[in-house]
Amino acid sequence: MNQAYGIVAVSAAVVATLVIGSTGLRISRTTSDFYVASRTVPPYLNAMAISGEYLSAASFLGIAGLVAAQGVEMLWFPVGYAAGYLVLLVFVAAPLRRSGAYTLPDFADSRLESRAARRVASVLVVGVGWLYLLPQLQGAGLTLGLVTGAPRWLGGVLVAVVVTLAVAAGGMRSITFVQAFQYCLKLTALLVPAVFLVLAWHGDPRPAGALDEPPAFRRHTRVTVETTVLIRIEAPLRTVVSGAVDGRGYDDGRLVLEPGVHEVRGGTTLRFAPGTPVPERESGDGRRDGASSWAAPLSGGRDDHPLYTTYGLIFATFLGTMGLPHVLVRFYTNPDGRAARRTTVIVLALVGGFYLLPPLYGLLGRIYAPDLLLTGTTDAAVLVLPERLVGGLGGDLLGALVAAGACAAFLSTASGLTLSVAGVLSQDVLPSLGVRHFRLATLLAVAVPVTVSVAASKLPVANAVGLAFAVAASSFCPLLLLGIWWRGLTAPGAIAGLLTGGGSALAAVALTIAGPLTGPLSDGWAHTLLAWPAVWSVPLGFLTMILVSLATRDRIPAGTEAVMARLHLPERPTGQDAPPTRRGVTTP
Amino acid sequence: MNGLALLAAGAPVLFAAGLGAGRLLARRTHPDGTDHGTPVERATFHTLHTASMAAPPLRAGLTEDAARKAVRRLRPLFATAALGLTAEDRLLAWDGPGRHHTDTALDRVRQVLATGRPQTFTVGCPDPDCPVRRGAVAPLTVDGRVLGALVVLGSGGSQSVVRATEEVARWVSVQLELAELDRTRTGLIEAEIRALRAQISPHFIYNSLAAIASFVRTDPERARELLLEFADFTRYSFRRHGEFTTLAEELRSVEQFLELVRARFGQRLQVTLQIAPEVLPVAVPFLCLQPLVENAVKHGLEESVERSRIAITAQDEGATARIVIEDNGVGMEPDRLRRILRGEGSPSAGIGLRNVDERLRQVYGDEHGLVIETGVGAGMKITMRIPKYRGGAQRSSRHRAARG
Repeated sequence: MNQAYGIVAVSAAVVATLVIGSTGLRISRTTSDFYVASRTVPPYLNAMAISGEYLSAASFLGIAGLVAAQGVEMLWFPVGYAAGYLVLLVFVAAPLRRSGAYTLPDFADSRLESRAARRVASVLVVGVGWLYLLPQLQGAGLTLGLVTGAPRWLGGVLVAVVVTLAVAAGGMRSITFVQAFQYCLKLTALLVPAVFLVLAWHGDPRPAGALDEPPAFRRHTRVTVETTVLIRIEAPLRTVVSGAVDGRGYDDGRLVLEPGVHEVRGGTTLRFAPGTPVPERESGDGRRDGASSWAAPLSGGRDDHPLYTTYGLIFATFLGTMGLPHVLVRFYTNPDGRAARRTTVIVLALVGGFYLLPPLYGLLGRIYAPDLLLTGTTDAAVLVLPERLVGGLGGDLLGALVAAGACAAFLSTASGLTLSVAGVLSQDVLPSLGVRHFRLATLLAVAVPVTVSVAASKLPVANAVGLAFAVAASSFCPLLLLGIWWRGLTAPGAIAGLLTGGGSALAAVALTIAGPLTGPLSDGWAHTLLAWPAVWSVPLGFLTMILVSLATRDRIPAGTEAVMARLHLPERPTGQDAPPTRRGVTTP
Repeated sequence: MNGLALLAAGAPVLFAAGLGAGRLLARRTHPDGTDHGTPVERATFHTLHTASMAAPPLRAGLTEDAARKAVRRLRPLFATAALGLTAEDRLLAWDGPGRHHTDTALDRVRQVLATGRPQTFTVGCPDPDCPVRRGAVAPLTVDGRVLGALVVLGSGGSQSVVRATEEVARWVSVQLELAELDRTRTGLIEAEIRALRAQISPHFIYNSLAAIASFVRTDPERARELLLEFADFTRYSFRRHGEFTTLAEELRSVEQFLELVRARFGQRLQVTLQIAPEVLPVAVPFLCLQPLVENAVKHGLEESVERSRIAITAQDEGATARIVIEDNGVGMEPDRLRRILRGEGSPSAGIGLRNVDERLRQVYGDEHGLVIETGVGAGMKITMRIPKYRGGAQRSSRHRAARG
């Protein structure tokens, strides 16, 4: 990839963001346009802002990478990410806006009148926020590494510094316009190259015939392996090696690899002729990493129980969207519950439209960038495709556009998350110390995920996001659904449910991230259950919340009826949502 | 992978630490055994501490929730079996065994309510294991009215228990009186809003009508527009329902106000408005902006002949909205301003400023009062920071509704 173009594009994205952020305010100097200035954000604009904040590095890079590596089964990721808004729309959006809550802890506070419930919710918000920040920073490292050649950790640290400075300095002054712009940028950055890619694909003499067989290199390909990998070979395979394979050093030596498992030392460069099948990557714990039947669902994922895994994914993404702290605060911008519902419908359309694109990149990535399967950096598929498929100046320019989009993806989500986490940290978790204290909280909000992402850069981006969704689904989904739709919820019940559901999901996630364990948890059902906790932790959260609430029935908050009325009654009767047009006429 | 392992270990630890820190903060004043002092001192400290723990719930008035918490915290003061609190002859809360004696106790409570004097009684219980043998009832008196009673049941009926019952009942009465006082104060603030609404009018109304009158012949269309603005403005200002409104509505009212002022002063008044649309739905106390803008206009136009500039800014600050009103008028001596805000100045001066400041403090707490920067001849800059979520406000208004 041409680095100059890439750097210019990424810088342009950052500068445009900052400019819109500082000048996008509505300013009026005469009283005649006062009315325009004091008009609330229309649903379509707010929906664009929500989508802009929501579409993260996981959506922009991760989905294509997963589809390229593991096949059509991974289409559940985009489906789930979008469908989460359907649940949000039907059950949560309007009542949550009417509750007047700005954050999830606010909701717990207003519904349950309990400081303790508020605190527990705060701690969980911080946990979910950190889990979600982690893959954003990794995506940043990946993108900047590809664009500028910088080491992986540097990109994450750089983005962390930029975000911290922006948030601590008072944030963006007109966050809605910034995020709406980010959505447009992300959509453009995937849509425009996609058109060219599809044209190039169509013009290719060998169209995608062989999606079922293991993919093959289409031209002379050099693959440099960054870290030591094990590869599995089915038929004898010719290659030219500089580096070490199976412990023997080669210097541009020809080599025929026999069927079986071989070890390629980190830093080794392999060269393959056109038509050579891509060797399969063998993951450390002996499971197959690449699916041999890519196009058939539930046939060969990397897990032992693909059906269960799919349901785990569905539970987490469908129910987890409503618990994402940075998405919920955007709903506050809506003037009332009806606007919140309308906004959600538009978000559903915007997000759903966007998610049509990443699977296309994943498909093309499998055909045209199969070497990524070997090196394991499939998250980069979106970034390298324009160069591979279009090439030349056009490829460079399109590549730069994609890089700018990726940059927008992790910048917008990371800044939104940092703002939410820092806000909750300073308001509810840390003792109050004044204004300087918010900056301290910002630093803490970023420092933790940066440290983890520098220490561990191996987690697939979309997977890490899935874990954040699982924790959100098993803690906040029960709180919101029961809080809005059931009078019987009590503060002790909510706290117990949050701790049991969220805590168990968090523990499972922690065990999973901590890496392949030895012992009974490393394989089989136990591993699958821990890696996809939502299927059991969401019902657990619901059950705990309901049972404990029933057991503490005498602690139902005194104001429940009033709160319920406020949550479910429209703010004003229908037909009166516009300011009265017959000016000057009043009725007693 | 090391870092990941660290995270795995760290997440639950942080989780626990957060909870622990919260608990610790909540109970920083918890007594422990490391006290040094004579037994008498320790006993005094203990009693005072128990009493102070029970005070906050009682300040909410005689509700079931408050009574339950208070009774639980007060019971250690007595070495007896059970403690109960009633509002009139309705049992609000009961802590300890002997629930089957509540009927007997309530009979006595009725007598106490009628006479207003404490009394003791014996309880005949067929159950030999029941710890309740004797009881004492003392009235809770606020402003000479008996609101309820404190019931103490126990095995012994010594004189000291009776005296303790009386003393604790008196202490609870004082707390209830304070609660009553709180309620009066909120009532006072509500009265002040009403006063402020009534107060907007006189000068402004005369001046506006006079300005409109001057347009009636020269520019009838403008006069009509202005009259409609005037009607809308007064309708908003005199509306009767709700202590809160949105910033958008408040700004609309300010717009109408400024339109009327411009009819009078024309190009001498220049207004800049800079609003982040995110903060428009924020709930703000009714009429919290308009008095401040009126103030700025007065300082800028009516007390000087220069061109007057007023800037209104509303920014998004995460969980709060920051609203700034700035003018380049005559300003004010800081000392005089301080006196006005303390309510010591002449009654007519700056009443709007003080009223807004007090209401903000009342609703959101002292850290959200007005921040005013000014000096003589240096203009004035008023900043307020309004939390987007007003949990406390909603709750207090709900309580008031329940009580009222």
